[in-house]
Amino acid sequence: MSADGVLLQTDALRKEFGGLVAVNDVDFTIPRGAIVSLIGPNGAGKTTFFNMITGVYKPTSGRVVFDGTDVTGKPPHYVTERGIGRTFQNIRLFKEMTALENVLVGMHARLKGGIVRSIARTPGLRREEREAKERARELLALCALTGRANRYAHSLPYGDQRRLEVARALATAPKLLLLDEPTAGMNPQETAEFTGFVQRLRTEQELTVLLIEHDMKVVMGVSDRVTVLDYGEKIAEGTPKDVQGNARVVEAYLGKAAAAAMAGT
Amino acid sequence: MSERFWAALARVGWTEVRWRGLPSWQRRAVKMGVVGLVAVVVLAPLYGFDAAAYLAFLTVAAIYVPDWGRFRFGRLVLPAAVLALCVAYPYYLGSMPKLPIFKAFPTMTTAFTMTIFVMMALGLNIVVGYAGLLDLGYVAFYAIGAYTVAWLASPQAERYNWSVNIGGVGVPPGLGGIHISIWLVLIGAACLAALAGVVIGLPTLRLRGDYLAIVTLGFGEIVGVVATNGDCLFPKLVGHCVNLTNGSQGINPIDPPGFGHWLHDHLGLPVDFLSASNSLNLFLWAGIALCLFVIYCSLRLRDSKLGRAWVAIREDETAAAAMGVPLMRTKTWAYAIGAFMGGIAGAFLKSEQGGAFNTDFAFSFSIFVLCMVILGGMGSIWGVILGGAFLAYLNIEGIANFGGWYNATFHQNKDFTAYSYGVYGLILVLVMLFRPAGLVPSARAKAEFELGVEDQPLMDARTT
Repeated sequence: MSADGVLLQTDALRKEFGGLVAVNDVDFTIPRGAIVSLIGPNGAGKTTFFNMITGVYKPTSGRVVFDGTDVTGKPPHYVTERGIGRTFQNIRLFKEMTALENVLVGMHARLKGGIVRSIARTPGLRREEREAKERARELLALCALTGRANRYAHSLPYGDQRRLEVARALATAPKLLLLDEPTAGMNPQETAEFTGFVQRLRTEQELTVLLIEHDMKVVMGVSDRVTVLDYGEKIAEGTPKDVQGNARVVEAYLGKAAAAAMAGT
Repeated sequence: MSERFWAALARVGWTEVRWRGLPSWQRRAVKMGVVGLVAVVVLAPLYGFDAAAYLAFLTVAAIYVPDWGRFRFGRLVLPAAVLALCVAYPYYLGSMPKLPIFKAFPTMTTAFTMTIFVMMALGLNIVVGYAGLLDLGYVAFYAIGAYTVAWLASPQAERYNWSVNIGGVGVPPGLGGIHISIWLVLIGAACLAALAGVVIGLPTLRLRGDYLAIVTLGFGEIVGVVATNGDCLFPKLVGHCVNLTNGSQGINPIDPPGFGHWLHDHLGLPVDFLSASNSLNLFLWAGIALCLFVIYCSLRLRDSKLGRAWVAIREDETAAAAMGVPLMRTKTWAYAIGAFMGGIAGAFLKSEQGGAFNTDFAFSFSIFVLCMVILGGMGSIWGVILGGAFLAYLNIEGIANFGGWYNATFHQNKDFTAYSYGVYGLILVLVMLFRPAGLVPSARAKAEFELGVEDQPLMDARTT
């Protein structure tokens, strides 16, 4: 494994909540420029795994290396600054802020303006703010939110809120974008549009994407690699095709009987 | 109630829809007209006709009714007019008519104290309104500002045989102690309070919500106790008493603000505010100037990167951190800046009052300032100014005046000032019932209360 080909690597990453092992020594790599999916039944530890990468949880043991830096147990804002942007499974926008402000918060770490300069409103700061707003509008346009800039986040329709979360995550200027069930609650057409959008992001923004997803059509359609978690353990890894045929995966999703039936046919 | 109101109006052809369809200046004109009509029909026969009252009414109407926002610099008209009215207050106070029930307009001293409380409320607004951190120990920063000025501009240090005078004014000859110009002390007091904000913030800001409130409440209590027992700190440790606050004796006299003889001779600035012939005016104007500084900082910070980060933290801490907002640093800044403003206000108030006493720093002070912020509208600068000025007025004069009116009218002998906290409580309950976002809600709060929030799960159990 060459160092520059791997964007994110976890070594024996583990999280225990009391006696419960939520993530059990998972080794995992994301190649640069890839779209990688993390799937598994409910409660498999996918979101916990996400939260350890982004610093929301401190791992019990193991290591997370991102872009050549050890970010294990670092606070979320540090991890974000290094270049990991994320969305949340349950939308967590800043509801009392406008769409534009939400995106501007995403740029927090990229803006330099300090307190004294903010109060004095120096020309340099004014320019920075103007450029930030321009960039924020571009991102909103990219996520099909043109014209929504001054709407409060809580007043936007569901689909727009989902896309605003992505716009906000992109505003952190990430190298790696983590999407936690982005198509949850979308209808098939919205899902198809979203899938295309993720693929466009990869090519146009040179992003690497890690996706948690339940919709197998999405997973099989966009992923270069798929990793399957079950009860906190990695049970399979490979191309979508490999994983689809894997007996343990079928067992995890459908039960032993189904796996046996599949093996029999 | 409002339904019946509209039903009654609909009978004469005025529906709510038609009313809302009017241009906003016409609606304001109608409102002012109704107020004027009530004044003429109901109040004037009872209290007599007064030319000055009509003049005042017309002035307010001229500022309030037109759609100033459409003109260039129009947004500045209202603030500029209010500022002009405040600055000119000493000149027309004498000719103001007596109000019904509340009688006289606030005196000059009251007006000055109102400016101080506006500053305090604006400082707390940064912590509670912007960043959403419930701080029940704001009195700590008031106390630090007050005791800083008490040390650096009074004879207090004389007992340790320290004698310094850097631009101090109004000091009787031969009096020892440290006497530094109040303007310099204000900066020092503000910075010291900000530092205290950081020191208190670092351990407490790791807590969230109710826990933070309880810990800050504890700090607020500690401040009161230290102020009372501060005349003899660490007797065993040091071997003698360290006298920090002079206990219940208090520290006085504290020097008044002033510019000294050199600036007086060259620029005509007053030597010292206390002995000047227009002493009360000077204090009021200085209070207004400090208020302007605090308002300016509040406005600029609100629209800055830091201001956005505060609101983001208030809305959702986890999401804010995931967007690259460093939680501890950002919250600590809110504390420090809130404390900075409280420190300035506290120091200047004590310089005017001329003494700092332990009883000034009770826990109830924090609640009082918090009431101002909630009454005005959390996060709304103009609302908080209004809430601060109004409650400060009630506290010093309003309730007493009202009590006087009540006792005279109903032949009673009740001490209303004893119930002042009951009155604040009642006001808060009424505000929560009828204007839950405050008297002048911030744009954000308004949007939320008007549009409502879509029903969403409160918490993602897996990420919190």
